[in-house]
Amino acid sequence: MSSERRSPMADMRRDFVRRTRAVLERAARVVGFVAGAPDYERYVAHVRARHPDSEPVSRHEFMRQRLADRYDRPGARCC
Amino acid sequence: MRKVVRAGIWALVTVLGAAAFARLALSRGETVSAAWLLTAALCTYAVAYRFYSKLIAAKVFALDASRPTPAVRLEDGRDFVPTNRWIVFGHHFAAIAGPGPLVGPTLAAQFGFLPGVIWLIVGVALGGAVQDFVILAASVRRNGTTLGQMARDEIGPVAGMSALVAVFGIMIVLLAVLALVVVNALKASPWGTVTIALTIPIALLMGVYLRWIRPGRVLEASAMGIVLLIGALYAGQWVSGQPSVAAMFTLSGTSLAVAIMIYSFAASVIPVWLLLAPRDYLSAFVKIGVIVALAAGILIVLPPLQMPALTQFTNGTGPVFAGKIFPFAFITIACGAVSGFHALISSGTTPKLLARETDARMIGYGAMLMESLVAVMALIAACALTPGVYFAVNAPASAIGATAASAAAAVRQWGFTLDPAQMQELARQVGERTLLSRTGGAPSLALGMAGLFSNVLGGTEAMAIWYHFAIMFEALFILTTLDAGTRVGRFMLQDLAGHVWAPAGRVSWYPGVVASSAIVVAMWGHFLYQGVLDPLGGINSLWPLFGISNQLLAAVALCVGTTVIIKMGKARYAWVTIAPLAWLVVVTMSAGWQKLFSADPKLGFLSHAASVQAAIASGALPAAIKSLGDAHRVISNDYLDAAVAAFFMVAVVVIVADSTREWFSVLRGRKPFASTEVPFAGAAVAGD
Repeated sequence: MSSERRSPMADMRRDFVRRTRAVLERAARVVGFVAGAPDYERYVAHVRARHPDSEPVSRHEFMRQRLADRYDRPGARCC
Repeated sequence: MRKVVRAGIWALVTVLGAAAFARLALSRGETVSAAWLLTAALCTYAVAYRFYSKLIAAKVFALDASRPTPAVRLEDGRDFVPTNRWIVFGHHFAAIAGPGPLVGPTLAAQFGFLPGVIWLIVGVALGGAVQDFVILAASVRRNGTTLGQMARDEIGPVAGMSALVAVFGIMIVLLAVLALVVVNALKASPWGTVTIALTIPIALLMGVYLRWIRPGRVLEASAMGIVLLIGALYAGQWVSGQPSVAAMFTLSGTSLAVAIMIYSFAASVIPVWLLLAPRDYLSAFVKIGVIVALAAGILIVLPPLQMPALTQFTNGTGPVFAGKIFPFAFITIACGAVSGFHALISSGTTPKLLARETDARMIGYGAMLMESLVAVMALIAACALTPGVYFAVNAPASAIGATAASAAAAVRQWGFTLDPAQMQELARQVGERTLLSRTGGAPSLALGMAGLFSNVLGGTEAMAIWYHFAIMFEALFILTTLDAGTRVGRFMLQDLAGHVWAPAGRVSWYPGVVASSAIVVAMWGHFLYQGVLDPLGGINSLWPLFGISNQLLAAVALCVGTTVIIKMGKARYAWVTIAPLAWLVVVTMSAGWQKLFSADPKLGFLSHAASVQAAIASGALPAAIKSLGDAHRVISNDYLDAAVAAFFMVAVVVIVADSTREWFSVLRGRKPFASTEVPFAGAAVAGD
């Protein structure tokens, strides 16, 4: 079995897997966001696009800041 | 042509909704299908959303999709993130929907299904959804400022400070009453206690997973958590079947109350990533899952409503809580019709996420309609029980006695039927020792849900699992509010204390953290503990206080909304918020007045204190009060409850008076129409 040979069928399959994974990852982020999870990937994308000269904070630091902000004031939770 | 068709469709929806209401209102003696209740609700929501929310969007705020929102102007990838409106809708709904809309309608079912359903549907369309929408739109126009800040900016420092103190007071009462609901649901129930206790290590495990093993993979951790939760459910069942182990987890109300206080204190001082955040994710998923399941169950079964449209308890003699239909139906159901707490969320995270101003209509008004629908479904689940079972579960022991036979006798006296053997059989089916006097609403809602779910899946055999699933869901939900609420209360207290002595305000100073957490827990814990010991069941006095306080916050929000509308120069539309405000003021003031001064000792705190005092003097204590010490404790609690009710009433008067003064100075021209809105940058550029 040679992996050199590239059939259009295999290309399509690879493409399909890639796209499905992208859709699933996106769906996972949406569901996580709805449940209140901070979106680190989105933040990094924002920093890269808008402030290319500054470095985004680490995932740990980002999570720590977001959670502290969320749970330290009223309005995060309802009855 | 299309216009005619569209008008025809809306006319049809209106007629269908009216017909459904007529069917509900005119039912006498025969059972009505839940389908009518759902139809009335859905048609009214549709018409209200299409026409009324559009009027507010177009005429009051003139929402403009081309006006840049704070999320767009201030985007920072953290707080301010322009987000798809469906995602914001989900986020906002998950934040506003708590245990309130499930418990309130269940308790209010003692008046019959009609008062609850009318208030839920009309109240949300003209009150609750308007409040959420107006505050959201006002906050979006002010870079996402909070309700407290808006009260200070728009009305004045007095209203601002009152709002701040009121929020703290509400928090304490809310936490106490919700904790009491959990205690009553888990009392003498080893199955429920084990299941809920296991949710703590599950959340800790998720926290560790999210911190070190797979950081940020919330979905993976939650999926794992949900599988473990199901395991916890079966572990509880196993324990309840082993008499020796079960005895260890058969806890009294007071031990459960202490356990919950210790847990909340611990959760408030340890890092949020370890317990609070993972528990929150878990509860968000379970919440959405259960709401979907409840909707599916009701749609598939369409249960007949066993409860009559109106019971004789509208006259104020009901066993679940004291007071006549007016004002107490409107106090008991706060969340689902009007919930003041939502104003904190509509002016919190949500306004910073809107990609377009016009999305505020769907998110502010629409999400509240959804919450109302959840409350209507809870009402259906409670009214699908036979009235006999409903009252046996929800009436305190002082009203129905301690045995199935005495409960059946009491229920028969109220004009309903209850077979004692059937009641015991029902308790056996759901794996509980007894279902009598399990007040607080959670057990009867769980019974209703178990009935619906087992009808669809599993039959009578599955009743026990479904019942404990529903209890677990409600308790998980409430404990999440308790630990987060204690933490928020701690921060509010530290903020207030910081004004007096600076070190107490430092949130990183450990003694300050521990002391303020302990004070917050002690405050709500006091109400909880007294509620557990209360011979009338505690829910009786605490739930009305919670309703009054929640409606007070709604009054604050509507005062802010009215001020914003008047200062925008839209005074001719100010009735949009003044009408629900006027109603809430009438309801809270008359309910507060009756809780304080009613001559009926079942209703008025002061007359109850006086009656116990008289009993002490005469030397013959009522049956429910066992010792002289207990009697003195009951009296001091009555005074405390009276003081809290009076405090809420004074706060309503202060805020309404301060707002009215501001409105008249603006309308009379003594003050300019100065809007604090961020100006429309696009218009300014175009005008240059």
